[in-house]
Amino acid sequence: MKKLDYTVLARRGNQIKEELRQKLRKPYKQVIDLYWGDPHAAGVKPLSFVRQVLAACLYPDLVNSNTLPVDVRQRAQRLLGECAGGSVGSYTATAGIPEIVHRISEFITKRDGGAPSDPENIYISPGSQWALRNILKVLVNSQASPRTGVLTPGPCYPLTNFTIKGLGGVTVPYYLSEEQGWELHVEELHRALDSAKGLCNPVALYVINPGNPAGYVQSRKTMQEVIRFASEKRLFLLADEVYQECVHGEKSEFLSYKRVLSEMGPPLSDTVELASFHSASKGFMGECGLRGGYVELVNLDPDVMKCIYKLFSTDTCAPVLSQIALDLMTDPPQPGDPSYPLYSEETQHIKTMMVHNVKRVFEVLNSLPGFSCKPMEGGGFAFPRLHLPPKAIQKAKEMEMEPDLFYCMRLLEEAGVLVKPGMENGPKEGTHHIRFCIMNPEDTMEEMLSRLSSFHTQFMKDFS
Amino acid sequence: MLRLRDVVQRSVPPRNSPLNSGLWQRAGYKTQLGPQVTEQPGLKRFSTAEATVQTGPGHPCRMREKSLTMASLSPQVKAVEYAVRGPIVIRAGDIEKRLQQGGKESFTEVIKANIGDAHAMGQQPITFLRQVVALCCYPELLQSPSFPEDAKQRAQRILQGCGGQSLGSYSASQGVECIRQHVAEFITERDQGVPSDWNNIYLTTGASDGIMSILKLLVSGEGSGRTGVLIPIPQYPLYSAALSELDAVHIHYYLDEDSCWALDIEELQRAYLSAKQLCTPRALCIINPGNPTGQVQSKKCIEEVLHFAYEENLFVMADEVYQDNVYSADCHFHSFKKVLYEMGPEYFNNVELVSFHSTSKGYTGECGFRGGYMEVLNMDPRVKEQLVKLLSVRLCPPVPGQAAMDVIVNPPREHEPSYAQFIKEKSSVLDVLAQKARLTEQILNSVPGIKCNPVQGAMYAFPRIFIPPRAIQEAKARSMAPDMLYCLKLLEETGICVVPGSGFGQREGTYHFRMTILPSPEKLTVLLGKLKEFHLRFLEKYSREGAPSSSLHREEGAQSSNLHREEGAQSSSLHREEGAH
Repeated sequence: MKKLDYTVLARRGNQIKEELRQKLRKPYKQVIDLYWGDPHAAGVKPLSFVRQVLAACLYPDLVNSNTLPVDVRQRAQRLLGECAGGSVGSYTATAGIPEIVHRISEFITKRDGGAPSDPENIYISPGSQWALRNILKVLVNSQASPRTGVLTPGPCYPLTNFTIKGLGGVTVPYYLSEEQGWELHVEELHRALDSAKGLCNPVALYVINPGNPAGYVQSRKTMQEVIRFASEKRLFLLADEVYQECVHGEKSEFLSYKRVLSEMGPPLSDTVELASFHSASKGFMGECGLRGGYVELVNLDPDVMKCIYKLFSTDTCAPVLSQIALDLMTDPPQPGDPSYPLYSEETQHIKTMMVHNVKRVFEVLNSLPGFSCKPMEGGGFAFPRLHLPPKAIQKAKEMEMEPDLFYCMRLLEEAGVLVKPGMENGPKEGTHHIRFCIMNPEDTMEEMLSRLSSFHTQFMKDFS
Repeated sequence: MLRLRDVVQRSVPPRNSPLNSGLWQRAGYKTQLGPQVTEQPGLKRFSTAEATVQTGPGHPCRMREKSLTMASLSPQVKAVEYAVRGPIVIRAGDIEKRLQQGGKESFTEVIKANIGDAHAMGQQPITFLRQVVALCCYPELLQSPSFPEDAKQRAQRILQGCGGQSLGSYSASQGVECIRQHVAEFITERDQGVPSDWNNIYLTTGASDGIMSILKLLVSGEGSGRTGVLIPIPQYPLYSAALSELDAVHIHYYLDEDSCWALDIEELQRAYLSAKQLCTPRALCIINPGNPTGQVQSKKCIEEVLHFAYEENLFVMADEVYQDNVYSADCHFHSFKKVLYEMGPEYFNNVELVSFHSTSKGYTGECGFRGGYMEVLNMDPRVKEQLVKLLSVRLCPPVPGQAAMDVIVNPPREHEPSYAQFIKEKSSVLDVLAQKARLTEQILNSVPGIKCNPVQGAMYAFPRIFIPPRAIQEAKARSMAPDMLYCLKLLEETGICVVPGSGFGQREGTYHFRMTILPSPEKLTVLLGKLKEFHLRFLEKYSREGAPSSSLHREEGAQSSNLHREEGAQSSSLHREEGAH
């Protein structure tokens, strides 16, 4: 187990929040916490339709009262009919409630322009990371020598790297090209694979699209190259696609790996092994606390699928409310439904908010000397690069801190803004970044940008 | 030496243990109940190897070999077996599906007595719990006059502990702080004042998440330094599955069926001492009240176990998820923590103990929430940091499950408006369970060839069944455990789904099954009646041939089973040697 040292910042953040509660004097009244990708915690409101259905499923008296819209009640009734004993308190099948799994499969087919999806290949889990961990357990042999390797992007979602290492595997970084808007180059994949020679045995390639923490959305061409590479090198493809609903760039479009693979036709579409992950935690819903995600597996060996079944079965099943949330996410209200107008208004509101935040973050950061920010086409984060003055780096060294952690610590103490140092995401050596969530109400974002601007200006002055 | 090997069984890959492998081959193991997918050309393209083979020859380029095959698959994963969701349950699903599609069977429904899933068997949720969680989910209902004030207060308090006052935000990896505090208060009250520190409370995704995390911390080392974990036989198969996955050494201590499945401290010592030569025993798992045995441990027994753990420096894992499910009037639940406290500070300040609890059992039966907690005592603070890190991989336990746990540890008080209804619902559930526990024991013991210990607690009966030698012979021919054959026939002839004892572990040559006592009293009576008829038919069918041949078979059976065992033991000791390099 490798040590996660970055918790020091989050801990200090909690301390300051507590100090503010105890009315300690600070230059700010509240901490703006954009450390996690947690929209509700940052003040985004849950979708009414989702919460109404969940409440009705929990307390079926609501199905029969007229407190809630009729389509909410109908949906709750149908879902309860699909739960054993008509209760969300029952266990479900290992992969999830069969009808929900089936509807997820239909959603995938529709999303992917008709590329076939088989419900037998889908497992619902307590969050997508749980499913990812299970698939990694299958891939990573903790006792193998040389050890099992997994290619992961730099920058990456750190929890995935942590999980791989925790299972006894080795992460092999391939770096995205920040200069070209975080593009993935297949030459870099080749370099990374070569770098693993003699050190580990790479079996899988992990991609995140739309990106986390960097806000890229991959093009079809890139994805095709990645798929060919995986095929040629016999790598299992792990596609983390939890931000698929979060695409902001006007010219960007989310394409799933499953779709691109399918449209490439045989032999690739019959052979490349793929696991694609999605979640109820992001997108319009942002229901992180429910812990719902799923994986779709493509082209796996049937015997391996049996082992995967057994592995998931030891977890019993995913929380039923999160399974229901996935159902609502993949099958939302349609025009004509009583809940549609409100649903549409609420999702539109979130879209507007995201467009606003993306635009403002881009403008403001790029106007600050010492910051450079690539366009955010998708995802839930900004990951701007920080060009720190040598004096600041020197000072950080004296304090035995990574320079970006030093910056984030100062930002927290002086301006009450909690963001994550980019080092944890493993970017290219010698570059510094910060990561912060952009899924927040507009006024929070504005307040954050304003505090960041004044802090940053002063910081640069202090260390110039 | 052979006996030694018997108790220490390293997980053996399925290749070496053909038991029930035939069933896995045949079962449509992940069959969907939903609308049937009609097979379209191209659909299979994505899913199966058959399709790969089909497209293979027609295609100019050679099929790519899979990167993930049974050969490259992680061996720890291969070794995982989980009986309560195993092949028999999958077969039950298939039969259920056939029935739904109008297929003909000699019965009209499948009764799933295989899993402790109370609501699926018709138990009603506790109104107050559902009100609180519904209010948390949709706080607009706080304005509604149809919800009681005490439910609203609980909901408001929980929401205040959630980021952005929403169940939809992540909580800390350990859980929502105020819920952890309520859990600690509950434990103190339950244990009549024994102090509990909320910093030692970790909320989990069901109890199994906690069990898995703790085992993960404990397992390390190679060769004779490899961690061994003492688990009861019979046990809840989550433990064996987890140990296999972690590649820890399973050390079996046998519960005494002749004394109502009591834990015998001498047997525990025997298991410990014999295993000590082959591995490093570091932890001891106890399930109290017992699953699948239904046994409730006496205070004296718990004291002995804790003293033993103290002496041998073993980490104690107390699975206490059935603490509210005690039915026999002369049995009481004693928490390991309280007993440890009463043994004095030398014990209380030293023995490392984790106790697990869950929303899934008790009188609430809220399995679908995946809620639970663990209390960790005397753990090295640096190890605790590692535990938090480990838990942070799954981000946080489901927040609605945490809210449900909050209600369980903080139910309506006497002066509150929901109290009367709450108590009525709670005692009704527990009274009916007690009634069903007695009913099950009585009827099972009226069947020749079945012997059932009293169901003192938990939710299961684990009766011993006599299986005639000819049936054992047939099972062997079909590569399955004899009690698997029994359960399979029971399922196919009556629609009753129970889990074979071999999935939980049992003494060589004895056979059992586990059934839940959860069906309604009426349904349970019918079920037990059908079971009785089936058992008599089964005995008759397999005893029809002459006695001499059957005794001959019996001897053969015993021999070949020894052989099997030796093979298994050899390959397992081999495994260990490999590990030593």
